[in-house]
Amino acid sequence: MRPLPRVAPLLLLPFLAASVAVGQAPDRSAPPQLGPPPSFRHAPIQRFGLSSGLEVYLLEKHEVPIAQVVLLVRSGQVDDPRGKEGLATLAAEMLTDGAGGRSALELADEIDFLGATISAAAGSHTSRVSLWTPVAKLEAAMALFADVALRPAFPEEELERRRAERLTTMLQWRDDPEDLARIAMNRELFGEGHPYGVPSIGTEASLRSISVSDLRSFHDQRYRSSDAFVVAVGDLTPDSIRPLLESAFGGWKAQKAARSAVAESQQVAERSITLIDKPGAEQTVIAIGRIGAARTTPDYDALELLNTILGGSFTSRLNRSLREEHGWTYGARSRFEYRELPGPFTAGAAVETSATDSALVEILNELAEIREPVPLDELERAKRYLALGFPREFQSIEQIAGMVSTLVAYDLPLETYNTAVDRILALDAARIQAAAEKYIDPDRVRIVLVGDRVRIEPKLAALNLGSVRNMSVDDLLGPPPVVEGSE
Amino acid sequence: MTRFVVLSLLALFAVGSARAEFSIPYEMFRLENGLTVILHEDHSVPMIAVNLSYHVGSGREKPGRTGLAHLFEHLMYEGSAHVPEGKYDEWLEAAGGENNGSTGSDDTNYWINVPSNALDLALFLESDRMGYLVESMSPARVDGQRDVVKNERRQSNENRPYGMAWIVMAEQLFPPGHPYSWDTIGSMEDLSAAAYEDVVEFFESYYGPNNASLCIAGDIDPVAVRASVERWFSDVPAGPRVAPLSPPVPFLEKEKRLVMEDEVQLPRIYMNWHTPRKFAPGDAEMDLVGSVLAGGRNSRLHKRLVYEMQIAQDISAFQYAQMYGSSFHVIATARAGHTLAEIEAAIQEEIDRLRREPPSRRELERAVNQYQAWYLAALESVGGFGGKAALMNGYYAATGNPDYFQEDLSRYLAIGPDDVRTAAAAYLRDDARFIMSIVPEGQRELAAPAAEEEK
Repeated sequence: MRPLPRVAPLLLLPFLAASVAVGQAPDRSAPPQLGPPPSFRHAPIQRFGLSSGLEVYLLEKHEVPIAQVVLLVRSGQVDDPRGKEGLATLAAEMLTDGAGGRSALELADEIDFLGATISAAAGSHTSRVSLWTPVAKLEAAMALFADVALRPAFPEEELERRRAERLTTMLQWRDDPEDLARIAMNRELFGEGHPYGVPSIGTEASLRSISVSDLRSFHDQRYRSSDAFVVAVGDLTPDSIRPLLESAFGGWKAQKAARSAVAESQQVAERSITLIDKPGAEQTVIAIGRIGAARTTPDYDALELLNTILGGSFTSRLNRSLREEHGWTYGARSRFEYRELPGPFTAGAAVETSATDSALVEILNELAEIREPVPLDELERAKRYLALGFPREFQSIEQIAGMVSTLVAYDLPLETYNTAVDRILALDAARIQAAAEKYIDPDRVRIVLVGDRVRIEPKLAALNLGSVRNMSVDDLLGPPPVVEGSE
Repeated sequence: MTRFVVLSLLALFAVGSARAEFSIPYEMFRLENGLTVILHEDHSVPMIAVNLSYHVGSGREKPGRTGLAHLFEHLMYEGSAHVPEGKYDEWLEAAGGENNGSTGSDDTNYWINVPSNALDLALFLESDRMGYLVESMSPARVDGQRDVVKNERRQSNENRPYGMAWIVMAEQLFPPGHPYSWDTIGSMEDLSAAAYEDVVEFFESYYGPNNASLCIAGDIDPVAVRASVERWFSDVPAGPRVAPLSPPVPFLEKEKRLVMEDEVQLPRIYMNWHTPRKFAPGDAEMDLVGSVLAGGRNSRLHKRLVYEMQIAQDISAFQYAQMYGSSFHVIATARAGHTLAEIEAAIQEEIDRLRREPPSRRELERAVNQYQAWYLAALESVGGFGGKAALMNGYYAATGNPDYFQEDLSRYLAIGPDDVRTAAAAYLRDDARFIMSIVPEGQRELAAPAAEEEK
């Protein structure tokens, strides 16, 4: 009923072209020769400090009268106290549940009335509060934005609402094989004692232990101006945005937050399989994972290129094989999730149940094959796809604000994106092979399968790929949470 | 049909008026073979968006061949006479391009984003498959994508919670034979039956240039691009004329109710009505009915069921606008321990109230302001799903005017509180709706009550 997408995602020599007679049949014997690709530089990232010491990074983009302002604080899930997992994401989410003397509904009414959007979320090492607004409404929106970021109320009844909502989300995880595979894989790779190994919204037990005073003290101690910065993008100038930011954040006293120490995780040492039973499932969700790389790794460009070839593009090896050659799946892919510490590398697909064993073997074969030298034409195609497609990432202010935030959050040079095309085009097969040998190893992976155990298990045993641990959904998630007031 | 607009992009927003008026400059012309071409300049990023719409969707499928339009869309990427299998994607990626396509009931849309030096490649690829697809089509290619599409259905429907809802909805809401009475993905049985001959016939009937429109937006020189388009599409012959469909206006003679079981934890209700087609009087009003009922935290249904009563985990209400008849949907998931009877009763009270009393001025203004902001956001990206090229091509298909942005927005600005009430009263009728409950297996007692006569 609704549209179905195909995938789950210089000048044109005017004089020459104009001289071609209309109606003359084009030469289709080979794809047309193209001129040199356009060069690309984004607008400069301007930097200035507010009187409180808060740093602001501004990128002007004047085509449409809208603006995006992001406040990023360097605290996140890694700062959740032990036993209070989910606190950082809950604190961020609840910033909009009442602030600056307004209730949650009053706040929502005022924001919606402006046609603006204010949202907040926590990641593993950072939390961000984002404002999107028509520039005409910037002043009023900025006042609300500052209240949300600096003066949240964390009302008791809102906490109870959020708790019930999250417990219900945890209940609904049981329905979705993709959710189950993700939760299982993170736990397999990082363990329940590591912040990367626990779901971002916590566990039932940790969620039940969080109180209003936990939220308030997290905000007091972790939302600190000396560990924060602002990114502003859109129809703005330093003169237009600076006074607004000054009145919003100029009085935020300079204080540093304590940094939580997080250990790097042990790399996977052998191959093992976790099979989660979903009786009767028509497809098996396959996920194969290792510990990947940090965002600041010098291997970043090489890994992005490697992943483009392996499973990061439509013509990647995984998609070409599992989808186009075998028809086992709607799409196969791989990805590195880069964080402050090495995050997960995963490869996988949802495949028809009868093809589970064949698809699993095929993905492992591709993980082995990528450690061999990549043929030149395949390498060049991937380099050009990655490098020349780069300007696309700079279409919307939301995209750009995200790109700039990443640079600042990881202390990367502000010229990083302007030099990306040259850096990528300079990579060679030896560099990719070295990265593959360092990060990819089909013999040392965690494999998670979510599917119909009776149909999968016999063929899986015959493959003899490593130890197989059978799990029910209850084994993975515990008994279904009971939501208060529902019985 | 050519229309030159001298406004520059910077003049997009008239200064000094209370409400910003915007117009998107474009040029439009038609080739001899009937292909409509729309050009729009935007030099903010050195890329070009190519958006090609064929005015055929699953609504044109024959009985026993549901899913063919979408399967066909997949086959469009498998090669044409001068583009060997696999090269469509390889050549584009090697030029730094990306692409995707989508199939709906009314239209099938193909888009490419390329760096601004690579437009000729995109036009070569699109014109080749428009002119020379069947030369390289084979039963083996059909088989290959048949398997992919079946797996798309397994992933998006069978193996996804509540994933069968829209498939059943189409069958139940629309009368048999209506172009919207089957889902675009098609039945497994029909996907198995689709043959090479069906694919060839579909191409020859619907994929002519005279049944398509091409929008090229971004970092372009319109003079040069026009010459390129004329060259690449000049050898593509026109297809047969495609007569418009004329399905009867769908209506329900009485209330229908259905209960389905699924492997889910919580029951979900779908309340569904027929509403005026896209851009017809009443369409924008129903969008605002959706906003007042469930747009944002202060909307009536969200505030009442999710925020205050806390009997629902989520709720949405929206107009799904299509060419031959729209539908309006209210969808809510119950919290554990609550039944869909409770949920339906609370929703019904809010619908009754909106049918009785107009929304407040502030409620309405809040909704309209959000629409205005959406129109600003829509002007940012040129390519991809929802980019300017896609929107302009969609506006052209629906209204004949690619720059319909201001007219579209003006519909909302003209609506008063009582118009919203009137629309709710006219279309959200108790005696002409379809109510579907999806409940956890074996828990039919959680469903919404049966229709009066079935009790």
